[in-house]
Amino acid sequence: MADHTLSVTVNGESYDEAVDARMTLADFLRERLRLTGTHVGCEHGVCGACTVIVDGVAARSCLMLAVQTDGAVVETVEGLAVDGELSPLQQAFKRNHALQCGFCTPGFLMSVTAALREDNVRDEDDAREVLSGNICRCTGYSGLVRSVVDVAKGRSDE
Amino acid sequence: MSETMIGARLARREDERLLTGRGRYLDDLDLPDALAAAFLRSPHAHARITAFDATEALALPGVVAVFSGADLAEIQKPLAPKVLHPELRDYPRLPMPPEELHYVGEPLAVVIAESRYVAEDALELIEVDYEVLPAVGSTAIALRPGGPLAHSGDESNVAVLLSQKAGDAEEALRTAPHTLSEEFFLMRGGGHSMEPRAVAARFEPATGQLTIWDTTQSPHYARQQLSMIYEMAEDDLRVIAPSDVGGGFGPKAQFYGEEVVIPWVAKKLRRAVKWVEDRQENFVSAMMERSQTHRIEVGFDDDGRLLAVKDVIEHDQGAYCAGLQVPSITTSTVPGPYKVPNIAIELRACYTNMVPTSSVRGAGRPQAVFVMERMMDRIAAHLGLDPAEVRRRNLIQADEFPYQVGITFRDGSPLTYDSGDFPALLEGTLERIGYDEARREQARSRAEGRYVGIGLAVYVEGCGLGPYEGAKIRLTNRGRILVTLAAAGQGQGYETVYAQIAADGLGLGMEHIDVTTGDTARIPFGQGTFASRITATCGPAVFDAAKQMRARLLDTAAVLLGCDPSEVDFADDCVCLGGDREKSVSLQQLAQVANIGKHGITLPRGVKAGLETASYFSPERAAYASGAHAAMVEVDPETGGITILKYVIGHDCGTVINPLLVDGQVLGGFAHGLGNAMYEEAVYDDEATPQATSYLDYALVSSAEVPPVELFHIQTPSPLNPLGAKGAGEGGTVPPPAAIANAVEDALRPLGVRVTRAPVTPARIADAVAAAHGSEASASSTSPGADAGGKAP
Repeated sequence: MADHTLSVTVNGESYDEAVDARMTLADFLRERLRLTGTHVGCEHGVCGACTVIVDGVAARSCLMLAVQTDGAVVETVEGLAVDGELSPLQQAFKRNHALQCGFCTPGFLMSVTAALREDNVRDEDDAREVLSGNICRCTGYSGLVRSVVDVAKGRSDE
Repeated sequence: MSETMIGARLARREDERLLTGRGRYLDDLDLPDALAAAFLRSPHAHARITAFDATEALALPGVVAVFSGADLAEIQKPLAPKVLHPELRDYPRLPMPPEELHYVGEPLAVVIAESRYVAEDALELIEVDYEVLPAVGSTAIALRPGGPLAHSGDESNVAVLLSQKAGDAEEALRTAPHTLSEEFFLMRGGGHSMEPRAVAARFEPATGQLTIWDTTQSPHYARQQLSMIYEMAEDDLRVIAPSDVGGGFGPKAQFYGEEVVIPWVAKKLRRAVKWVEDRQENFVSAMMERSQTHRIEVGFDDDGRLLAVKDVIEHDQGAYCAGLQVPSITTSTVPGPYKVPNIAIELRACYTNMVPTSSVRGAGRPQAVFVMERMMDRIAAHLGLDPAEVRRRNLIQADEFPYQVGITFRDGSPLTYDSGDFPALLEGTLERIGYDEARREQARSRAEGRYVGIGLAVYVEGCGLGPYEGAKIRLTNRGRILVTLAAAGQGQGYETVYAQIAADGLGLGMEHIDVTTGDTARIPFGQGTFASRITATCGPAVFDAAKQMRARLLDTAAVLLGCDPSEVDFADDCVCLGGDREKSVSLQQLAQVANIGKHGITLPRGVKAGLETASYFSPERAAYASGAHAAMVEVDPETGGITILKYVIGHDCGTVINPLLVDGQVLGGFAHGLGNAMYEEAVYDDEATPQATSYLDYALVSSAEVPPVELFHIQTPSPLNPLGAKGAGEGGTVPPPAAIANAVEDALRPLGVRVTRAPVTPARIADAVAAAHGSEASASSTSPGADAGGKAP
């Protein structure tokens, strides 16, 4: 299979790699870059566990090919905490018990991070809508909803 | 340390790594040079392999090996059912059958290649000829005389016929002032852990040891099975459940052919091999649960008091019996929180050509609670009584524990409820949903032509099962306390909860305590995480081992400080004499003396070497958690859409160790139960071909479907263990199908609609409304109306 070259920035670092055309972005991140925080849950774009941010937009890395990110800026869960300091959303997840097994967690964090940047979450209904693209089997979503509302309203204490 | 950690609402210590992408799930393992495996699976529900040719697949660059069932004869030994019965007709479940296949998704060959991409390419190049055989796609077909057989040449599809009895139900039903009967069906559903199953293995020729990483809930059980199948000493097998597993929910507590094949291939090829199940495989090859048909008959007096319950259960084992735990639990869960003087439960477990069934969160309980709670509502409707009042009149009272039901639980002990307060759960739930006002609102809504209903469900959940669970505690050479459990967590927060329990046992701050789980090399014996049992079994073991360790640490420090053990206590990571930090020894110093010592130099007199303790706890019998759910819903009879207006959960799991985590368990379980109530359908056609094999056809609830819930706890400590703990993992999942079905039927009562199946989907509701209209036109006003079911599952 023909190799394709790829220049991509992931969490602020530049990578030049040769990949198969069919390698998914999820596998590229996990296997090539060893950024294993991005998880593969369904490989058909429904569960959202593999969500990363590509050029500012939340994307399913299982449905995207690595070669499609040539020249792109990719953000993964590994890039959320800065200098060991959890982002407000990560802190809210912890405070509100918004995760149990943690497998879906990186996808939720990336989906919600992208959504919150648009600054249009006003209430619990908005939070539920923002969260509804990802599936969690453990928490029943209540802690996730509280976390999103917390961060949207600028709460970080409690 | 003065404050107790048991009962504290503490955030989890696991979270930091999981939130930053540093979790350590199985597929994150970097095994140098590891090969990838992909399984070829049966496309037919029932077929015989007549030819197999992997020549082309083997020729593909990057393919290292292909093995079919015929190539692995030495490991083709039956995978033993977990729970047996002398009368079970067990049809052997082989790791990878060489001849006849019995469900779509059954593995028949494995490709080992340099990458999963190549392995999947190779799967498509394998040529297999099949003789397709008649298949069994439901228990109704399975039990039909003269119907197809799930296993060719078998005499029937019946796996086992069992009965449980107390009193004389037949006679009581014959003489009861009132009887009602109904047939109910509950649909299959899956565990759907977000991380699918996975197995990796590496063989060390130099030592003859096989290391297996497995997303199992029960590493010791897996090792035991492998040791028997491989005919290897268990010491040469190390099964590691990674510290992070992406959810279990039952299917990962079972044992599968893939778990036998992958390590064997690693041994044969002398290369590390990793198999990570994809979601499509998970849909067809991970075990499921739930599908049962119940024909229940209840007898009661004019006041609605139960006189007898008779229930005939058809249970779908799937293609093989992975164990009788689920139907056994169902049979003993039927009576629930009620006094039932006469009980007769018959079980007809049978084979079908669908993926085997075994425990999925709730494990046999939702079905029993569904049928019993539906009948409580039917009794109320029949007598013109309030459903809450009928329940009140039948509940076992708080002063009647221990309560003997008269039948046997799945652990083999008499079904004896240890403790509880069912009336308090029911009343608390009614109060929080504002029951009287809700009924008035329902009346107002009906007057406006709106269909609002209220559904209740009360349950008892056998949990905390034996036989035992254990813990080891050691002072490490670095001076930290290491608690080692056999039980493997799947996200419940074991590293936090067992540090809390150990902290109280030790009287030492949690910050000095680490917890490790799920590695057979670290602790010799264990059973595993299932049946909401670990807090009630492993918790007491940790507590006891911690108390022993406290005594050891203080004794050792007292020797070194030259005082009596009663004069010392912990201060931070030191043991101090009379609270004086100047007269203290640190944990690290204690390790230095008692664990490390000096080569060839005599220990100080009185110091016992090796600061390690262990404890195993064996409960006398199961503990019984309980709860009450109340749902207020509005139903649109045209679309069949259900809106949940309010939902309240009353929950009693005995002593709560960490309220934050218990709430998480209950609310997560509730979401799963809501899926079973309204959405999740593992649809198979009559030929047993699965019709829902992706999340595009199988609906898991998202944040948009799960409503806010009011949750409250009462705590009736179990007398069966020193912590008073019961189990919290499954209670949330058990009653929602019953509560929702009751609420929907209540909402549509003016239309005469009957709900007899779960999940209660919009299509079923709309059909039932249409059918009720039809029967209204053709039958008398007392007609029971239509069945919110339709015929085919």
